[in-house]
Amino acid sequence: MVPVTWYIALSAVLFMIGAAGVLTRRNVIVVLMSIELMLNSVNINFMAFSYMLGDMTGQIFTVFTITVAAAEVAVALGILIALVRSNKTFNVDEIDALKG
Amino acid sequence: MCLSAAAQYAPLWPLAVYFVAVVILVGAMLVLSHALGERRRGRLTSVPYESGVVGTGSARLHFDVKFYMVAMFFVIFDMEAVFVFAWAVSAREAGWAGYIEMFIFISILLAALFYLWRLGALEWGTSMKIRRKIEPL
Amino acid sequence: MNSEVAAFFSPGDFLAILPEMVIAGMACLLLLVDIAVPRTKKCVVPALAVLSVAVAAWFSYELAGSGVSAFSGMFVLDGYSDFFKLIFYIVAVFAILVSLRYIRTEEIDLGEYYVLLLFSLSGMMIMASGTDLLTIYLGLELASLPVYALVGFLQKSRKSNEAAMKYIILGAFSSAILLYGISLIYGLTGTTQLAAISAALVTGDVNGPLFTLAVIMLVAGFGFKVAGFPFHMWAPDAYEGAPTPITAFMAAGPKAAAFAVIMRVFLEGLYPAYDSWQMAIAAVAVGSMVVGNITAILQTSIKRMLAFSSVGHAGYALLGLVAGSEEGMASVMFYLFVYAFMNLGIFGIVIMMRKDSQSGDQISHYTGLGKSNRLTALAMLIFLFSLAGIPPTAGFIAKFYVFMALINKGMVGLAVIAALMSAVAAYYYIRIVMLMYMREPEKEFALASSRGLLCVLIIALAAVVALGVYPGYFIDLARYAAFPL
Repeated sequence: MVPVTWYIALSAVLFMIGAAGVLTRRNVIVVLMSIELMLNSVNINFMAFSYMLGDMTGQIFTVFTITVAAAEVAVALGILIALVRSNKTFNVDEIDALKG
Repeated sequence: MCLSAAAQYAPLWPLAVYFVAVVILVGAMLVLSHALGERRRGRLTSVPYESGVVGTGSARLHFDVKFYMVAMFFVIFDMEAVFVFAWAVSAREAGWAGYIEMFIFISILLAALFYLWRLGALEWGTSMKIRRKIEPL
Repeated sequence: MNSEVAAFFSPGDFLAILPEMVIAGMACLLLLVDIAVPRTKKCVVPALAVLSVAVAAWFSYELAGSGVSAFSGMFVLDGYSDFFKLIFYIVAVFAILVSLRYIRTEEIDLGEYYVLLLFSLSGMMIMASGTDLLTIYLGLELASLPVYALVGFLQKSRKSNEAAMKYIILGAFSSAILLYGISLIYGLTGTTQLAAISAALVTGDVNGPLFTLAVIMLVAGFGFKVAGFPFHMWAPDAYEGAPTPITAFMAAGPKAAAFAVIMRVFLEGLYPAYDSWQMAIAAVAVGSMVVGNITAILQTSIKRMLAFSSVGHAGYALLGLVAGSEEGMASVMFYLFVYAFMNLGIFGIVIMMRKDSQSGDQISHYTGLGKSNRLTALAMLIFLFSLAGIPPTAGFIAKFYVFMALINKGMVGLAVIAALMSAVAAYYYIRIVMLMYMREPEKEFALASSRGLLCVLIIALAAVVALGVYPGYFIDLARYAAFPL
């Protein structure tokens, strides 16, 4: 049996990779994929804890997280399409009409 | 349980032999046919044989936004099925309250589907009416 | 029927979420109504939206004070949630009314606009009533997702699309951080219910580095939602690019909802660990006040200036949470109530300045408004004074009660910093007043007033003045509504 700490370590690593991706990558699609990675690391956490505690809450939470993540990505890609139509770029550095 | 490493993996040796044999055999086939085979460079050599489709252009082209719509609808409606499945396995235990909840849930999905349908988002081929014209005041 | 499962919910629980069901159901229905009605009768949609908010408010009023806990302790109807729902109803109706003319001017007159507002409203209501991290998270997302879309509603405007993109990326990023914090809390305490988390913190020994990490992640995640320093980077861009009524809505509605959730999570769930989060929240509060108010001085766009000012106001409100007392909670609730009025009022005037080619986005556009349009300038003056916290407006009373809560808990240092930052804030608010009254207008002002907008302005003005002169009733209401610690 794999100890729970391994799952937690895996999810921590995935979360860090995702966070680093959001902060360093310049392509909007890659940034969205990194966010997805972070959300999935959370799911691993929930499943591992749920298994460890023998409690269903974590699994239910995961189902909701996955659905919400899908909705979030749908909205994000919709906005991205509108943005590409008006801006012709996927690069976040070139999206600079607003200073800040 | 004090088997040495060698003894532990002993039953696996036929598999290892089989794996090596496969690699050698396939490698020999490829190399020999490449070395001995006859090659010809005609006008139609690289074209797919008879029933194949002839490729045109590069694969790096812009896809129509319609594909995005389809993908998005799939993701959204597909994910909602998660809840229906969860309800389906516990329908008896969840009782009427669960039934009502699922009814509400499905009605919301139906409302969304009807909205998309009337908006023309589900139509393929014809130009979509999504960007409805807005008349100024 | 298995009795154990049946105990999780009963048909009676649906009664508790009736207001939310009305709003969400009407939002779905309006989506279909919008398609069905002909273009000439489009005003049906906003009218029905206002009507559904009124019906939901009536149901909330009927259910108020019942103290029902529904869905096995995931959802509660207490005075606290009722008070916040009152704020949300007001904000939603005001946002609809100020949008009526604006979205025709901007040529985004689509029914979906109101539908998204209603969905966001239902999410905010769930946030106020959620007592389980799962319901709170779902409410948070339901409140945020429509707002992401609304920020990008000006499809032809590059700024609007860009603002929406930045907002959703940072919003999703913060949700992920928040979720990671929630998952750690779940792992450490074995539950996601706030009351059970509190009990687990009292009995079990969960103070470790992992718990500290979880608290920091929760603070960061919620800090993003209320635009507190250092998580405020999205706010100026999103506020500037969004359609102005949505900016007003965002600053008053989802922000108040985020505060409702923060107070619920930290004062109900994590209250036994008060010592471990107090410093983190205090740091965010002080940082927000300092950075928000000082950066606001440098802005030339009024929407950006108000964005930074709202960062500062989030700092003041967070101070009430730092106090960690029932009095502090009540002061935050009153603060948010007042902020909703003054915020919608000032944005109402910014919306009024948007006509034809005149944008009213820059501070310089208000030069000499006091000479030509006396009443408008007077209203703006009162809203600015209230935002600055100058008596006898409501903004002063709200700040005063937050400071009182701090001083009563012996946190005089924080109160002094907050008072100093109010003085800094007064500078940039008064600067606009000077611009309006001391300079000659460069050109004629064209004001896009409409009945809905005027209605909002008059109510907001009356509320700001009345709450400043006679705050007693609503202070008592907030005290009564605050949940016991």
